[in-house]
Amino acid sequence: MEFLILFLPLAAAFISGFFSKLIGDRACELITSLFVSISAILSILIFYNVIFNNYESNTIIASWINSGTLNVNWAIKVDALSAVMLVVVTLISALVHIYSIGYMSDDPHKPRFMAYLSLFTFAMLTLVTADNFLQLFFGWEGVGLCSYFLIGFWFKKENANAAAIKAFLVNRVGDFGFALGIFLIFYFFGTVNYAEVFNQIPQLIDKKIVFLGVGFNSIDLICLLLFVGAMGKSAQIFLHTWLPDAMEGPTPVSALIHAATMVTAGVFLVVRCSPIFEYSILALNVITVIGMSTALFAATIALVQNDIKKIIAYSTCSQLGYMFFATGVGAYNVAMFHLFTHAFFKALLFLGSGSVIHAFNNEQNINKMGSVWKKLPITWIMMIVGTLALTGFPFLSGFYSKDAIIEFAYLKGNATGIIAAYIGIFTAFLTSVYSWRLIFKTFHGQYKNEEINIEKLHESPLFMLIPLVLLSVGSVFAGFLFKDLFIGHSNTFDFWKESIKFLNPLSSDHPPFIIILITPILVILSIPLSYYLFVKNEKILNLIVDSNKFLYNFFLNKWYFDELYKIIFINPSKKIGKFFWKSIDQNIIDRFGPDSISNIIKILSLKATKFQSGFIYQYAFIMLLGFSAILTFLIIN
Amino acid sequence: MDFPILSSIILLPTIGAFFLFFAKESKNKSTQTVKYVSLFVTITNFFISIYIWYLFDKTSADFQFLEEKEWLEGFINYKVGIDGISILFIILTTFITPICILSVINSINSRLKDFIIAILIMESLMIGVFCSLDLIIFYLFFEGCLIPMFLIIGIWGGERRVYSAFKFFLYTLLGSVLMLIAIIVIYLTAETTDLIKLYELGIDVRFQNLLWLAFFSSFAVKTPMWPVHTWLPDAHVEAPTAGSVLLAAILLKMAGYGFIRFSLGLFPIASEFFTPLVYFLSLIAIIYTSLVALMQDDIKKLIAYSSVAHMGYVTLGIFTINQQGLEGSIIQMISHGLVSAALFLSVGVLYDRFHSRLIKTYGGLVLVMPKYSVLLMIFALSAIGLPGTTGFVGEFLILIGAFRDSFLVATIATLGVILCAAYMLWLYKRVIFGALINNNLFKANDLNKSEMIFLTIIAIPTLFFGFYPEPLLSTIEVSVKGLIETYNYNLINVVENNG
Repeated sequence: MEFLILFLPLAAAFISGFFSKLIGDRACELITSLFVSISAILSILIFYNVIFNNYESNTIIASWINSGTLNVNWAIKVDALSAVMLVVVTLISALVHIYSIGYMSDDPHKPRFMAYLSLFTFAMLTLVTADNFLQLFFGWEGVGLCSYFLIGFWFKKENANAAAIKAFLVNRVGDFGFALGIFLIFYFFGTVNYAEVFNQIPQLIDKKIVFLGVGFNSIDLICLLLFVGAMGKSAQIFLHTWLPDAMEGPTPVSALIHAATMVTAGVFLVVRCSPIFEYSILALNVITVIGMSTALFAATIALVQNDIKKIIAYSTCSQLGYMFFATGVGAYNVAMFHLFTHAFFKALLFLGSGSVIHAFNNEQNINKMGSVWKKLPITWIMMIVGTLALTGFPFLSGFYSKDAIIEFAYLKGNATGIIAAYIGIFTAFLTSVYSWRLIFKTFHGQYKNEEINIEKLHESPLFMLIPLVLLSVGSVFAGFLFKDLFIGHSNTFDFWKESIKFLNPLSSDHPPFIIILITPILVILSIPLSYYLFVKNEKILNLIVDSNKFLYNFFLNKWYFDELYKIIFINPSKKIGKFFWKSIDQNIIDRFGPDSISNIIKILSLKATKFQSGFIYQYAFIMLLGFSAILTFLIIN
Repeated sequence: MDFPILSSIILLPTIGAFFLFFAKESKNKSTQTVKYVSLFVTITNFFISIYIWYLFDKTSADFQFLEEKEWLEGFINYKVGIDGISILFIILTTFITPICILSVINSINSRLKDFIIAILIMESLMIGVFCSLDLIIFYLFFEGCLIPMFLIIGIWGGERRVYSAFKFFLYTLLGSVLMLIAIIVIYLTAETTDLIKLYELGIDVRFQNLLWLAFFSSFAVKTPMWPVHTWLPDAHVEAPTAGSVLLAAILLKMAGYGFIRFSLGLFPIASEFFTPLVYFLSLIAIIYTSLVALMQDDIKKLIAYSSVAHMGYVTLGIFTINQQGLEGSIIQMISHGLVSAALFLSVGVLYDRFHSRLIKTYGGLVLVMPKYSVLLMIFALSAIGLPGTTGFVGEFLILIGAFRDSFLVATIATLGVILCAAYMLWLYKRVIFGALINNNLFKANDLNKSEMIFLTIIAIPTLFFGFYPEPLLSTIEVSVKGLIETYNYNLINVVENNG
């Protein structure tokens, strides 16, 4: 069954990629959607088995790399953690496949698009079902590659191509750390297999090593390097710059890859490696700090952006920050819970925004929308459900997972945990404000698009609306239904078992009442506030913007990260490359090496030819010279 | 083994060349003869080499299929034999040659017969290099390759072909003269040039460093390592497609093979002593040439520079002298042999159509050449070293091997992986994506039948051995293990004798 879950999407990708001419576009769409849907149903069955029958398995398919003591297999590992990921990946993927049939209906390259989506699903599944770090890395790079293809799917657009390469390269920077982490793991443990590595961890606790001149505790270093990889893939601060640009890709891609699945791979990595991370206080603190910084930083940018997809992209970045600081305070299961619920409502928001963009004929600027809620009623309701879930409105899914993160951070009790909790509360407020800003500017207020007549707008086709409705069901109920299973005090360990390791059991206390109450209160209050600011009285908003021009520009320009990187990394690399090529290769090596040698030989031989003048008296003179030299030599002897 | 099977795969292409030499030069019909004879010979040779692989005993580290003939009154013996490392390179050679011939038939019109004869003789010599077990014989084959290559660049090359051909010839010859002197010194001191005997005898410690440097000068030029790499971009740019393919896929590998067989095998003390130097030069090759590749505006030059960077990984891996590093280097050489061949063939495909190698003349090719775009993507990804391609297996093993030796070296080398992705994807984007920038491009045809065949044939092993490198790894495993054991044994033994 695991085998089918994995290879159905691959088969679908293969069929759609290579035989589209033979079977036609529509068949490709149906086959890919059908295969991935079957995969989703099977995944749910496995999930059910894991919950109720304690199902676990580790199937080895074939050996991959065998070299000396390094033995790596292709395997499918199913435990509670991978079962959760299986469900998230295949379910969202299936819905996105179906949605794409509607969304991409005018595109001439539909089979290629569907093939990429299915291939992505396969790569993501190999990632989550790996039983060793190398297969994980395979999936990791595989999803990165598919993401590269899909961001650059509209290959005629210069921006899309640039964004695709940027995504690949920024991820490569993360992979650089990840790869070093794997090397280090092999160096210490002589294996890259999860189970074997995790078993040996306790023996390594106090081992110190010197890395690049700095002394480290070996486990700290492994964790930090792995986390660099996670930062790249999950777009955490410093390595986040690719995610907003990735919105150049078609919207279904943003929903599947850049919201629900691929970007959560970093969180998955940390949770999967909880048996290592638990032993590294330093790494956990770093993760908490990076996570909360990202959560806040991305939310501030989302406040002022005008591109509907970029707002949601920064929101994703911010929510991933929440998941990371949850793992940082040791609440791995809560991080997984937020990952689970987030997949539903963020995919819903993206697909909803896709529906809006579709209606507006590819317009993405929210300043050119407004007042269309009557025209797009279903999309409007869906977006509101998604927003409520995201902001953590009481009893919707985000409420259970996000508030739990804040509570556990607070209960951790150390300084970073408590700061993270406060930042989490503040960010929740910002999240609510920017999310409602998006809703109000898009659906309410004045209609501001001058190119398209409002009467021409119409609701999206059924293929697009059905996935929206299904996702909204998930967004509403996923939190309530699964909270006991994921984070309930009694069942948690029955469910997660060995897949997550807690060195110290999570606190079962309750935080002060105020901490529990403040987030929902802020979230609820922010709705009328946003309505007032963004619909009723925009003058006040302008006043705020004008009086904080610097801050506004700072946020609008995304904290100037892109500009900074251009100055620090991109331009110097180009300059150095040119310098090496022109100045060293051509002007030093070639000039003084081969060219000068050949010149010297040329000059010498020119000189030598001068002796062959053809004049008898010169030859006679030389003979005479030689003769007298020999004579002198003989006489002296 | 009674039948001299190795000699026969060495000789077969030359016999074919001999046949062609007497074929009549008339239009059309002769082209057909040339085509069938050369393809028949090279493809047969490929299958024989596969058969040898099948017969080969993977569980033994000894040289197999040994043949020995007295030559020059017993001073020098013609001695050939193979181990697990050689066999892979032989198969690489017999695999790439027919592909080269296909591409030549597809795109060369002038003096086709002569070109094919040069390639066939080249194949004999290259197989000879990988089989020889005698220093003199090795030297003859090794240097012999220069002549047909010199002719290929000098006759069928581009505008600056004469400059490039001479630069190539002089550069490599200059390095090899030192190797010849070293071989003479070895003969004078050990009174044999038989490799197997030399392995047992060991080389006098006093000479090792100097001899190592002499061999190194030859191999470093051919690899090529920084700073003696500047002949390669020029040679590639001016060489015809098939010339570039042979050069990148096989000629460069002879140097890597030489390092493993001679530098490590004969001079362990010196190898140990000079390892930091090799690491240093390899790292420069990886980072420096990657940055240079980033700025190239000529596609062929870019790929040539990327070859230097990839060979930097190879030299790095060889001198880690551990199982992973060495196996990685060998896989990386095979992988680079396939991928660089494919990349140069791909550039050839474009050059045949548009007569330009400049990146800026291209753009948006995916619209008119979708099949080509897919195949080129596969090769670009393998060059980048994405998991699932042979490039990954090689690079990963090399880096993991290097990491066991030095954190710093491995970390810097890993940085090269980022740069490689940068120049490859940027190249791909500028050539394949975007809008069609000029009218010429609209008329382009996608791959024709024979182009489709030779590119697909290379793509298959690139992917297959990426997912399942076991056949390659198990072939070299025992030989590499034996090599390392001998190396360590000699190292300790000699140290004891002198201490």
